[in-house]
Order: sequence, then structure tokens, then C-alpha cells
Amino acid sequence: MLDKQQRREEPEINGSSLADIAFLLLIFFLVVTTIDVDAGIGLVLPPIPDDIEPPPVRERNLLNILVNAQGMVLLDEEPAAISEVRQRIIDFVDNPNNDPNLSESPDDAIVSIKTDRRTPYNVYIDMLDEVMGAYNELRNTASQNRFGVPYSALEDDSVQQEEIRDMYPKRISIAEPDEG
Amino acid sequence: MGRFKKKQAKTKQGVPTSAMPDVVFMLLIFFMVTTVLREVELQVQIEYTRAENIEKIEQKRLVSYIYVGPERLGGGNLGETRVQIDDTLIDDLGSIRNIMYDKLMDEPRLIVSLRVDADSEFGIITDVQQELRHAQTLRINYSTLREI
Repeated sequence: MLDKQQRREEPEINGSSLADIAFLLLIFFLVVTTIDVDAGIGLVLPPIPDDIEPPPVRERNLLNILVNAQGMVLLDEEPAAISEVRQRIIDFVDNPNNDPNLSESPDDAIVSIKTDRRTPYNVYIDMLDEVMGAYNELRNTASQNRFGVPYSALEDDSVQQEEIRDMYPKRISIAEPDEG
Repeated sequence: MGRFKKKQAKTKQGVPTSAMPDVVFMLLIFFMVTTVLREVELQVQIEYTRAENIEKIEQKRLVSYIYVGPERLGGGNLGETRVQIDDTLIDDLGSIRNIMYDKLMDEPRLIVSLRVDADSEFGIITDVQQELRHAQTLRINYSTLREI
């Protein structure tokens, strides 16, 4: 009789406060977490040249963008507003009518951005954003025509994406700024 | 009528809560996995600029940050524009080269994320970029917020 009673008494840890402990930890992590997405404009800097003269670039293949300290823009020596830069770049790179003053082919086109040392950073980023926007638009149109889907819908590193990327390679040159 | 009432009272009302710890643990594990504890104490003030055509960096492990902005002084005052890498302010910009080169040796696919205050001048960014070029860390990313 005594033996039987002892066997029934099962040793057990009280698990009812487990939820409270878990909640406490959960709240701690909720407070500490910063889900900040790393996003921005990606760029690949050119390597330092080893005293080799850069290959000559024909004038028509180069689009010069100059931004001064006041944030004013010169596009190929003519003043322009930031808002019209995108269209100008698209025309320049694509050159559908084979204008002799614009680039020979999208492959040859180089967009060069030059700033002053005192140019505000946000103006520079706005400028770069426009250039990226122009290329995105060109790639989107090309992708739409060829595959019927926007560029962003193509799979990363797929053959199709590579093809579009080869059609419109981003050739952006960040010139060293003038001392100002 | 009375009988009907009594019957209703007999049925159990509460929601079973025995599965709650499991649910909470699942959430807990999710947050533990996704949490990136802030690894550096920012000593410069950064007001991000906005841009439209941005791309996300998926592999956070590859990213190394360079912060550029006005130094935070006591009492909410702002000082000169300074460069911060990890936990230290850089006095001599020339030392960026060695720091970044060492990081590149550890992680060959390094992406340098430049977190720059919107009002800084571009000159200092150029200096930093020159150093990055010397260090062969060529993949960079200008950190921005999405334009609304």
C-alpha cells in the first residue's frame, strides 16, 4: 500500500511560468532589434591605375556632368536642371537616331560625374540617383521588349539578366574633384 | 427556460492556452535569429539622404561601414566633419587604407557601405574613396533611405 502511493508521486517541474519567461525574453529582443535594411546606391570604384595612360575616349562617347558647390549642374558645358538630366542621359546612351554628337553605342557611352570639393553630398547623391534611374529605365525597356517582363523581374545572375546588363553596361566615371 | 440556461453554463468557456509557450518560443527564436545587436557606438551625427534607385544588400556579413558626419560633442553640439570606422574616429585619413586592406584580407568580397551625412561636403568622401581605391576595396554602397 505504501509502496504504491510512492510510485504515484511523479516528480515534475512546474511549467506554468515558462510562458512568462519566454515572454520576457521576447520583449527584450523586440526592444533591442533594429531591423534596418541596408540599402543604397551601389558602385564599383575604378582601381588605381598603374601609370598606364587611360585609353583615349572619343568626345562623342563622353557625357560630362559637372556639379558645382552651389549644386548647379553643367551638362556637356550647358547649364541644366537636375530634373532633365535623366532624359538627357537616356537620349545620350541609347541614341536611337544615330545623332553624331551622342554616343556611338550604349556599350561605348561613358557618363562622367565631376563635382567640386564643396558640393553637398545630397546633391551628388541626387545626381547619381538620376544616372542610375536612367540606366534602370533603359534596362527596363530593353527587358520589356525582349522578354516581356521588367528588368527587376528577371532572376538574379540569370542569362537574361546578363544579356540586358551587357546591352547597357553602367559606365560611370567619378572624376576627382577640383580643389575649391 | 431554466434548464436551458443551466446547460449553457456547463460548457467550458476558456481558450486553451497550453500551446502559448510554444508560440511565444517560436516568436522568440525568430527575433533572436534576426536581431543584429548594434555593434558600434556612433560618434558622428548622420542624417541620411534619400534616393530612388537603390538596391538592397542581401549579405550583411560582407558589409563594413564607414560613417562620415559632424562629430557629436556634449550637449547636443556638433563639431567638425569626421570619419568613423568601427568604434574609433579616424584622425589621419591615410590610415583608412590599412584598416580596409586588413578587412579585405578577412573577407575578399567586402562591400563598404558609406553612411554619410546629407550635408557633408563631397571633398572628404573623395579622400575616403581614394583610400579605398588604394586598399583595393572597390565595391562600395552609398547608404540612403528610400525616397517617399
